[in-house]
Amino acid sequence: MITPEKKARAADRAATIILYITAGFFLLLLAAFTFYILFKGFRACKPEFLSFSGIGIGVQFFNTVYLVLLSLLIAVPIGTAAGIYMAEYAGSGRFTRFLRTCVETLASLPSIVVGLFGYLVFLVMTGSHWNLLAGALSVSILNLPALTAVTEDALSAIPEQYPAGSFALGATRWQTITGVLIPAALPRIVTGVVMAAGRSFGEAAALLFTSGMSSDINFLNWNPLSLTSPLCVMRPADTLAVRIWALRTEGTQANAAALSDLSSAVLILMVLAFSLGARRLGAHLKRKMTGEGE
Amino acid sequence: MTLAGVFIILLTLSIGAFLFYRGSATFFTDKHSVAEFLFSAVWRPAEQGSGGMVGAAIFIIGSIVISGLALLIALPFSVAAAVFMTEISPSLGKRFLQPAIEIFVGIPSVVYGWVGLTVLVPWIARTFSRPYGYSVLAGAIVLAVMIFPTITSVAADALGSVPCEYREASYGLGSTRWQCICRVEIRAAAPGILTGVVLGLARAFGEALAVAMVIGKMQAFPKSVLSPTTNLTAEITADMGNTTSGSEWNNALWTMALFLLIMSFLFILLIRAIGKMGAEKE
Repeated sequence: MITPEKKARAADRAATIILYITAGFFLLLLAAFTFYILFKGFRACKPEFLSFSGIGIGVQFFNTVYLVLLSLLIAVPIGTAAGIYMAEYAGSGRFTRFLRTCVETLASLPSIVVGLFGYLVFLVMTGSHWNLLAGALSVSILNLPALTAVTEDALSAIPEQYPAGSFALGATRWQTITGVLIPAALPRIVTGVVMAAGRSFGEAAALLFTSGMSSDINFLNWNPLSLTSPLCVMRPADTLAVRIWALRTEGTQANAAALSDLSSAVLILMVLAFSLGARRLGAHLKRKMTGEGE
Repeated sequence: MTLAGVFIILLTLSIGAFLFYRGSATFFTDKHSVAEFLFSAVWRPAEQGSGGMVGAAIFIIGSIVISGLALLIALPFSVAAAVFMTEISPSLGKRFLQPAIEIFVGIPSVVYGWVGLTVLVPWIARTFSRPYGYSVLAGAIVLAVMIFPTITSVAADALGSVPCEYREASYGLGSTRWQCICRVEIRAAAPGILTGVVLGLARAFGEALAVAMVIGKMQAFPKSVLSPTTNLTAEITADMGNTTSGSEWNNALWTMALFLLIMSFLFILLIRAIGKMGAEKE
């Protein structure tokens, strides 16, 4: 006879099995996805695809790294400063509540909307053509809320004894923040910055209308003011992610599919490297800064 | 430090102001009604000047249907994964699932779109013997994979913060683990899970390129999940570059961007309301 108790036990066992299967399914999905992209990308790869000429993705790779670097240069100081403000200075008044709403709204903005805003303000209003700087600024708007949030969380997670000890030694608030709190929060902040960088590599929607879909650069020209120099920030610059999109929509190039496959593979590699790197770096810094293992 | 805070507020306000300024031209300059934009399906904006029709209902419905379907697909999996991570095997969850989810979040949307285009779209065409695989279903599956990590991590946090006493009381009454999960924990964590759902929905609603690659961009209401349609973000990315600034067509695209902005703000308000509800329940 099937008692309710037996039924409940059977349901429990079935649920456990199903949950294991679901979890396994995800790991399998991710593994399949990653290996598929890597395999397909590098199988189609010919040496000339890696070159820095028109048929390769070298230029786009350079642009991607350069653009992300620029955007971090802009976003990290502002984002961390705002995070410090929220964690250490902000009261519970109207201003703070409003600031919090603003950060959340920024965080949930679709990247295409940020791209349009960037197009309007950095291009139309300044009267300039597609350029790398406009793209970097748009990406930094996308990164700001995450950097603010991660800094705030990192600072809030510090035990109260840290600042209390510092104040007891007669330190000012500024000394406490720069000498005690920021070093203690650094591992988490750095992890957050690396993860933000990892996400930015793949950004495309915000760049379509800001940094453009083409590049024309000469790697022998290192004068930052010349429009064909790789260092120039006022030149149009397509990134790997934008290239995938452009090859899909305007696939006139003979190798469009192979190039997209390869670009996808390179992007995935960068994401994997940064995601794993962020974990390693975070753990390493934590050991170094606090003297304790994980 | 305060300056940085003020800067963020100014930035947010100016994004809102600029989009409102450009987006409202449809209503003030071209004299269309809000109701026409929201509910009419006649999309024939003038390429120069004004005088066309700017009904964006097809795009709005497209966005809603695809995000909704994506949510339906992702939700059961996400909750299951979150339950697995917090209840069934936290050690396996922390060692394998957590990093996997972080990597899922990091994969660029164009890569999801590209794989959707080269794998999923042909697969749908073959399986359902259709000439094309571009469809609502393809868009929804791609989006489901993209929002799954968001919902899972928020839901896992919510389940993890259910007080220990709840679990102990439930086991004390003799319930099995599954009974405890579905009758106690999921209910106690409901506001948190709901927050994850709204966040996922917000992400799905605003996603542009991945969906645009697989949706087929056909300006018609979808007849079934297998028919192609279009949505707000796909339309903006496709046509923004082709229109002259100030034309009715261009203005209408800005109005769609404004609509996306308003939606993401509404999602934030919704999350706030859910949070308040959760706090009151306790």
